[in-house]
Amino acid sequence: MLSRTADHLFWMSRYTERAENTARMLNVNYETSLLPQSASAAEAGWQGLLSISELLPAYTALHGDVNARSVMEFMVSDEDNPSSIISCLRAARENARAVRGTLTTEVWETQNQTWLEVNRMLKTGEFERDPGKFFEWVKFRSHLSRGVTVGTMLMDEALYFMRLGTFLERADNTARLVDVKFHAVENDFMGTVGEHEQEYDFYHWSAILRSVSGFEIYRKVYRDVIKPERVAELLILRPDMPRSLHASLNEVVSNLRLVASDEDSDTLRHAGRLRADLQFARIDEILATGLHAFLTQFLDRVNGLGGRISRDFLVPAVG
Amino acid sequence: MLKFDEMYAQLTPQGTGQSQSQGGQSQSQGSGQGVRPHYEAYAKWLAGQPDTVMRSRRDEAEMIFRRVGITFAVYGAKDEDGSGTERLIPFDLIPRIIPAHEWRSMEKGLVQRVTALNRFIHDVYHDQEILKAGVVPREQIEGNAQFRPEMMGVDVPNGIYSHISGIDIVRAPDVQGKGEYYVLEDNLRVPSGVSYMLENRKMMMRLFPELFSQNRVAPVAHYPDLLLDTLRASAPSTTAEPTVVVLTPGMYNSAYFEHAFLAQQMGVELVEGQDLFVKDSFVYMRTTRGPKRVDVIYRRVDDDFLDPQVFRPTSTLGCAGLMEAYRAGHVAICNAVGTGVADDKSIYPYVPKMIEFYLGEKPILNNVPTYMCRNPDDLKYVMANLKDLVVKEVHGAGGYGMLVGPAATKAEIEDFGKAVLANPAGYIAQPTLSLSSCPTYVESGVAPRHIDLRPFVLSGRHVQMVPGGLTRVALKEGSLVVNSSQGGGTKDTWILEV
Repeated sequence: MLSRTADHLFWMSRYTERAENTARMLNVNYETSLLPQSASAAEAGWQGLLSISELLPAYTALHGDVNARSVMEFMVSDEDNPSSIISCLRAARENARAVRGTLTTEVWETQNQTWLEVNRMLKTGEFERDPGKFFEWVKFRSHLSRGVTVGTMLMDEALYFMRLGTFLERADNTARLVDVKFHAVENDFMGTVGEHEQEYDFYHWSAILRSVSGFEIYRKVYRDVIKPERVAELLILRPDMPRSLHASLNEVVSNLRLVASDEDSDTLRHAGRLRADLQFARIDEILATGLHAFLTQFLDRVNGLGGRISRDFLVPAVG
Repeated sequence: MLKFDEMYAQLTPQGTGQSQSQGGQSQSQGSGQGVRPHYEAYAKWLAGQPDTVMRSRRDEAEMIFRRVGITFAVYGAKDEDGSGTERLIPFDLIPRIIPAHEWRSMEKGLVQRVTALNRFIHDVYHDQEILKAGVVPREQIEGNAQFRPEMMGVDVPNGIYSHISGIDIVRAPDVQGKGEYYVLEDNLRVPSGVSYMLENRKMMMRLFPELFSQNRVAPVAHYPDLLLDTLRASAPSTTAEPTVVVLTPGMYNSAYFEHAFLAQQMGVELVEGQDLFVKDSFVYMRTTRGPKRVDVIYRRVDDDFLDPQVFRPTSTLGCAGLMEAYRAGHVAICNAVGTGVADDKSIYPYVPKMIEFYLGEKPILNNVPTYMCRNPDDLKYVMANLKDLVVKEVHGAGGYGMLVGPAATKAEIEDFGKAVLANPAGYIAQPTLSLSSCPTYVESGVAPRHIDLRPFVLSGRHVQMVPGGLTRVALKEGSLVVNSSQGGGTKDTWILEV
């Protein structure tokens, strides 16, 4: 298939996934903000959200102080913010439009319909009236988009590049989420030292879990009260948790193997090693060396992998 | 408001000559003639449809076109409704109907005309017999901006230059007042609109399935198949299994939907210039599995942008070295480079003579009588009759650069006259035809609007086409301009066995 086509498919999925993850984080923050909490805690929550996407400087330059209303507007409907939901959905749809002939009618119409709808919802004030409902909607459009992709696309390269985009983006997003949320507790999280306020802990950690649809999963897997070490383990190392780093890397590797023409390619080797590092790691070791350091390195490696995929397949050198 | 019957009656031409003022419309009001026979069944059906049903069908059609994204891009500012620069081309629910026997003769005429045009282009770039014989003046060719000296002596597969030709046809009364088809324009470069022909039919079948069980409407859905057949037949003889691609300027081009649509329907790659490169005089595309050779390029990019080494050096829409590969016979470009020399408005008047010259036949389809302002006698007549004529720039397109005399103000006529005098060779003039109109759904209900027809003629191993074409309709009352950029819409076109 054309390299450019693969590039558009890859980015279409990445942007769809990014919109979903942004909606997830906004929704959890929004719900948390409905609980009684100190103003500084609320602000820290919104600030953390901006840090995840490395947007705090851009936001501050535009809005000054951090408050729920402005952050939500900035992250949902600001067309000048490339990470806002509207920008991500626009980019997803523009990429889809560039290769609409490669997509099944259902996949294309899902993307197009999402774009038409989101514009309508923002224009008619549906988002302001009920932000929670809007975030749910974004999530479900992403579910639909993935489902219609897997359910209708021919199982060939086009599908594999779309899946690659989805899971590379998810690995990145989950890593950022974990990093920022653990960062909020102390400088670097190295395991529970003293007893924190139990109540704050519960709401803080359960919010993270809910943002990745992991609350029920946690209970089912650990049958225990919510402990940060286990939250980290679930989101980083569990191969059966669909939004964990390990699960995402499993998908990246298997889709990469399907498109790679050379089983010995450097890109495949890098992806495999990254996955193996997750597969054989233990959470207490990671925490001993520092979670932030681990995640920073992980994000670098995911980023490097994206660059390699791009060079190998999407934007190859001339000739 | 006219009654339905009266409007259909207007499809029977009423005019007594060709140069009277525009609009069969005013003359035929209440003429009392019956509906033309091929419209009878439809008229009866429509009479039984409640207005509310038709309105809801129209809304449904619009909703579907939006969702499917059948839009054309408009250059310029963003829309308020967030739909960006993408607009819908208005689709009219009422079909334009042509009886099968009329179509059969039109089809013969189209085959004849396109065959002669292809012979002409080949001749122009080879022995120039027609110039030597003095049938077409040499300076009309060599002074033409669309003439590509780069094509001299280049042999193209099957000698076919215009693989896809869009021939614009109108119906109007002849001198005796009898309805007759006239060719208004030949489009031999990158004619567009065929996707609307196909989507309009799909829409009609979806909205009104019962109409298709009641009427024997000739199908059109096999067009992409014929197109692929034509493109494959045009491949260089070096390959048995040619790789065909569609070359688009990109998603911001106004016809992008059509490019993507045709590539998808044919199952071939949709490429942009950046996807192609030339190595050792062969064209390749960059794929995820390395370079892949390309044999046939259905290009939807103008000549000027095809190859920055030969044409416009700043173009990023084409591919450097493409002409070199083309001249080496390693790749087919459809339509060929340089076809514009034959579809220019200054060449149009010579087409009937070409048919006689190359084929030794009388032309089946009429040309609209045309005054060439480059001839002093014609110029004198045109200047004296500006208010009754349609005057066109020979290089104009899309309904721009023209004067519709009867609809123009005195000042507009004066200004245009000056422009003509300053450069007579740049203009032609034609009598204002009393164009036929067709009942059309407008805000106030059903009203007559002027229409034309663009059949798409494919030339590969032989000349073929699907029955009918794209009917465009001028939605503004009284307007003769059907272009989508100027408020035109489209209709489904039925070739009907009655």
